[in-house]
Amino acid sequence: MATLFRARPVLAAGPGTTAGNRRRISRRTALLLGAGALWLLGYLFLHGTGTLALPASELTDLHRSLNHFNSWIAENRAGNPVFMYVLTPLRGAVGSVAGFFMAVFAASPTGQVIPVMGWLGTVAVLTWVAFAVGNLRVALLTAVVFSFFGFQGLFVDAAYTFALVVTAVLLTLLAGIPLGVLAGISSRVQKVVTPVLDFMQTMPSFVYLAPLALVFLIGPASAVIATVIFAAPPVIRLTSHGIRSIPENTREASDSLGTTGWQRLRTLQLPMARRTIVMGINQSTMAALSMVTIAALIAAPGLGQVVVVALQSLDVGTAVNSGLGIVLMAIVLDRVTTAASQRAEPGARRSGRLSGRTRFIVLSAALILTLGLVQVSRTVMWAAVFPQNLNVGPAISGGVSAASDWLQTNLYFLTHSFQESVTIGILNPFQSLLTDTPFFVLAAAIAIAAFAVGGWKLAAVTSFCLAAIISLGLWNDTMVTLASSLLAIIVVMVLGVVFGVAMGRSSRIDQAMRPMLDAGQTMPAFVYLVPFLGLFGANRFTAIVAAIIYAAPVAIKITADGIAGISPTVVEAAVSSGSTPWQVISKVQLPMARKTLALAANQGLMYVLAMVVIGALVGAGGLGYDVVAGFVQSSVFGKGLAAGLAIVFLGILLDRITQAAAAAPVRKRIS
Amino acid sequence: MFKSAQLLSRSLPAAAAAVGALLLLTGCGAASVNQAGAAGSAKTDCGTVNVALNAWVGYTADAAVFDYLAKNKLGCTVVEKNLNEQISWQGFASGQVDVIMENWGHADLAKQYITDQHVAVDAGPTGNVGHIGWYVPPWMAAKYPDITNGKNLNKYANMFKTSESAGKGQLLDGDPAFVTNDEALVKNLNLNYKVVFAGSEAALIQSFRTAEANKTPLLGYFYDPQWFLSEVPLVKVSLPAWTPGCDSDPEKVACDYPVYNLNKVISTKLANSGSPAAKLIKAFKWTNADQNAVAKDIQGGMAPDAAAKKWVDAHASVVNGWLK
Repeated sequence: MATLFRARPVLAAGPGTTAGNRRRISRRTALLLGAGALWLLGYLFLHGTGTLALPASELTDLHRSLNHFNSWIAENRAGNPVFMYVLTPLRGAVGSVAGFFMAVFAASPTGQVIPVMGWLGTVAVLTWVAFAVGNLRVALLTAVVFSFFGFQGLFVDAAYTFALVVTAVLLTLLAGIPLGVLAGISSRVQKVVTPVLDFMQTMPSFVYLAPLALVFLIGPASAVIATVIFAAPPVIRLTSHGIRSIPENTREASDSLGTTGWQRLRTLQLPMARRTIVMGINQSTMAALSMVTIAALIAAPGLGQVVVVALQSLDVGTAVNSGLGIVLMAIVLDRVTTAASQRAEPGARRSGRLSGRTRFIVLSAALILTLGLVQVSRTVMWAAVFPQNLNVGPAISGGVSAASDWLQTNLYFLTHSFQESVTIGILNPFQSLLTDTPFFVLAAAIAIAAFAVGGWKLAAVTSFCLAAIISLGLWNDTMVTLASSLLAIIVVMVLGVVFGVAMGRSSRIDQAMRPMLDAGQTMPAFVYLVPFLGLFGANRFTAIVAAIIYAAPVAIKITADGIAGISPTVVEAAVSSGSTPWQVISKVQLPMARKTLALAANQGLMYVLAMVVIGALVGAGGLGYDVVAGFVQSSVFGKGLAAGLAIVFLGILLDRITQAAAAAPVRKRIS
Repeated sequence: MFKSAQLLSRSLPAAAAAVGALLLLTGCGAASVNQAGAAGSAKTDCGTVNVALNAWVGYTADAAVFDYLAKNKLGCTVVEKNLNEQISWQGFASGQVDVIMENWGHADLAKQYITDQHVAVDAGPTGNVGHIGWYVPPWMAAKYPDITNGKNLNKYANMFKTSESAGKGQLLDGDPAFVTNDEALVKNLNLNYKVVFAGSEAALIQSFRTAEANKTPLLGYFYDPQWFLSEVPLVKVSLPAWTPGCDSDPEKVACDYPVYNLNKVISTKLANSGSPAAKLIKAFKWTNADQNAVAKDIQGGMAPDAAAKKWVDAHASVVNGWLK
C-alpha cells in the first residue's frame, strides 16, 4: 500500500490534483479504517450472534424447492417441446461431431476398438498440422509427446481426450468468435454478454455437470457441452477486446474511405485483431483440456477417466502417469497455439526464414509423407495399435508410488505439526473473525469498504452480491470459504512477487520455471491431492495448499510479464545512479508494475475460487462441500445449486473490488 | 534461399517414392485392420448390456464376475461405464444404463426411478450385507479395548481433537454420496464431538491409512464390505442397536445404522427383453467372502476380468446354478 500511495504524486498531472488526491486519500483511508473498526467492534461485542450457521445436513425452503429441478427434467424430458425440438437435436448434433473425432483418433463409440487412423497416422497428421500452423520446433514437440503417450501405455486414452478437446474447441470457436465480434462492435451486446461470461467462468463446473447429464444424458455429448460452457468465455472476451483495442484513428481512416460495416470488419478489424483472437483460442483450448478431465465424472472417456478410477483405489502412481499425459498434452496445445499466434502477427511472415513458395513445397512434401503414414497405420497392426511391449507406464507408476509412500511415511510428523500450527495460529482465528461476526455488521463493513474503494456503483454491486448470498441461506459457509480463499491469495501473491520478480529479471530463471508453472496449472488437482492427504490430513489446510499450487502459476506469470515489460532504460537509469538490486526492485520495478500486480491478484483470486470445490474433496468444507454433496446426492441437489450461485456472487464481489482497487487512482488521474 | 528451395523440390519426389515403397511393403490393397477387428463381436442374440461401474472395488468385483459370465458364457456385448451412483440411476431413464450391480439403499432414487417412472426394477439381493457405522483403526481398538462401545466415546473425546474440530473430538465423515445421520447422532447421543467432512472417499481412506501407520487417533464413518478393510481391518464402534423405525425421523435418530441388504437394479427394458443376461443378473447371488476374494485380487493389481475368471473357475457349481 505504501508504494501505491508514494507513486501517485509522480503520476499526478499538477500541484492542484496532488492536493486533491491527498484529501481524497485521507477520506478513503478514514472510510476503510471505519469499516475495519466496525467489523472489530462487531466481532468483540456481538461475538457469535447472527452468524446464520446452517449445519451440513440441513436445508432451507429455497434449497428444497430447487431440488424439484431434477425431477421436473426427468418428467419432462420425453414430452416437452423444448427437449424434443431444441435440446435433443442439439445433443444429437454434438454427439455425432464428438463421435466422428473419436472414431478418427481413438475408437468408434460402438465399441470397435481400432480407430479409423492408427497411432502412427495420428502422430503424423498432428505433427503436420503443428508444422503448418506453427513451426518446425512445435511440430517436433508434437511428434515426441504423442509418441510418448504410447510409451506411457495411454495412447488410446490420450486420443479420446484429444478428440473431445478438438470437438469442444471447434464448437467453442463456432459460437465464440461471432459472439466476440458482435460484442466487440456493439457496446450494448458487450454489456449483456460480460455478466453472463463472469457467471459461466465462476460457476463451479460440479454444479452444472449433474443437471447437464440429466438434460443431455451421460457420455461424450454432455462432456463436450460442459466443456464449451467453460471454454467459451476466454475466446469471446479476447475477440471483443482485440476488436476494441484497434486505435480509433485507424478506424476513422478506414471509415473516411467509405467502407461499409461488413467491409470494415473483414478488411480492418478482423485482420488487426487476429493475434488477440488466436490468443483467445489458446486460452479456450487450455480451459477445454482442463474441463474434459473433470468431465470424466459424467463418463467422458480419456485420461481424466484413468485419473478418476486410479484415485478410487488411491493408486497415486497410475494417477500421476495419466496426469503427466494431461500436462504434456497441455504443453503441446499451448506451444502450438502460441506459435500460431506469433505467425498470425502482422509482419511475422516476412521475418520467417522460408519464403511463401518454399514453405508451400515443404508442406506439400510433408503432407504426402503424412498421408503415406496414415495409410500404413490403417493396414499394419504395429502402426495401428501401439505395441504393448514398449509400455513403460507401469515403471513410471511404480516409481511415483514408491516416492509418494516414502514421503508420507518419513515427513508426516514434520508436515502434520506444521499444518496444525498454521491452522490453529492463523487460519482458525481469521476464520472466526469472519464467521463469528454478526452478518449485518460484516456485510455493512464490506459495503463501506467497497464504497471507499470504488464509490456508489461498487457499493451497490457489493451490497447486491452480499444480499444474494444471505438470501441463498449460505452466509456462514460462504465466510468459511472466504477465510481460506483470502489466506490462499496472500500466499499466492507472496509467491507471485518473489518468483515473478526473479523471472522478470532473469530469462534463465524464467526458462527454468515455465514448465513447472505449466504443470501446476494443468496437472489435474485430483492427482496431487492424495499424497497431500497423506502429508497433511483431510482439512482446510490441504485445500489451501492445493489452491495455492493451482493459482500461484498464473500470478507468477503475470507478475513476471509485468516486470519484464518495464522499459529497460528506466531500470538502467536506476542502476547507473547507484541503486542496489534491492532498491531497483523495491523502488522502481515493483511500483512501476503496480497495475500488473493488481491484475495478478485479481486473476489469482479467481483461480483460488475455481479450486473451492476441489478443495472440498479433501476437507475444506464450506460452499465447496455443499456443491460436491449436491452433485452426488439428489436430496441435497438444491443446496448444491445454491452453493454454486453463492460462489458466483462471491467471485463477482471479489473481482469487482480488486479491479476497482487496482484501477481507482489511475482512473481518477484521467478524469 | 534458392539453394534450399532446390533441395526441397528435389526432396519432394524422394518423399513420394519413400511413401510408395512403404505402401508396397505393407500391401496397400490388403484388408484394413479395422475390418479384422470388427469381425470378432456380435455372435448371439444376447445383445448389448450397459453396466454402470460405481467407484468402490466391491462393486467392481460384482461387475467383473457378471461381465465375465455375460461375455464368455452368454455371448453378450458388455459396455462398462464408469459412473457416479446418482448419475447411474439417471441412466435408467435415458436408456444408457441397464445394470447397477450393487445398490446401497437409496430410497429416494428407488422411488423416483422404480416407483414413479417405472424405468428400473429391483433384481433381488446380491447376497452381500452392508454395514455402515463408526470405525477406529485397529491399533486403537487394541490399546483402548472399551473404545468400541459408543458409550465410552466421550471419555476419549480429547484424544480425537484436531485443528478442524473446534475443541471437541473429531468424527470424520467421508463420501458425500452416502446418507449420514452423524450430525444428528452426535447431538442426540450427547457426544462431545464435531462432524468434520473429509469430502471424498479417497480422503477418508487416506486418513485411516495414515492414522494406522503413524498410530494417531481417528474416529470416522466407514462401511463394510470395502476393499480397504482387507488392508487395514478397521474396528466398528457399537452405538445403540438399530430397531425398526428408530431412524424414521432424521432429526431425532439416536441409534446405529441399519444393516443393508445390497441389491441389484436393472432397467425395465432389460428385464422385459427376455435376454439371458437379465436371467443371469436376477440369479446372481454370493457372499461377502466371495466378493472380498475377488475385490482383493483386483486391489492387488489383477485385471478385473482375470480375477473374475479365477473365482468363476473355482466356484463352478455356484456359477452353474446362476446360468441354469
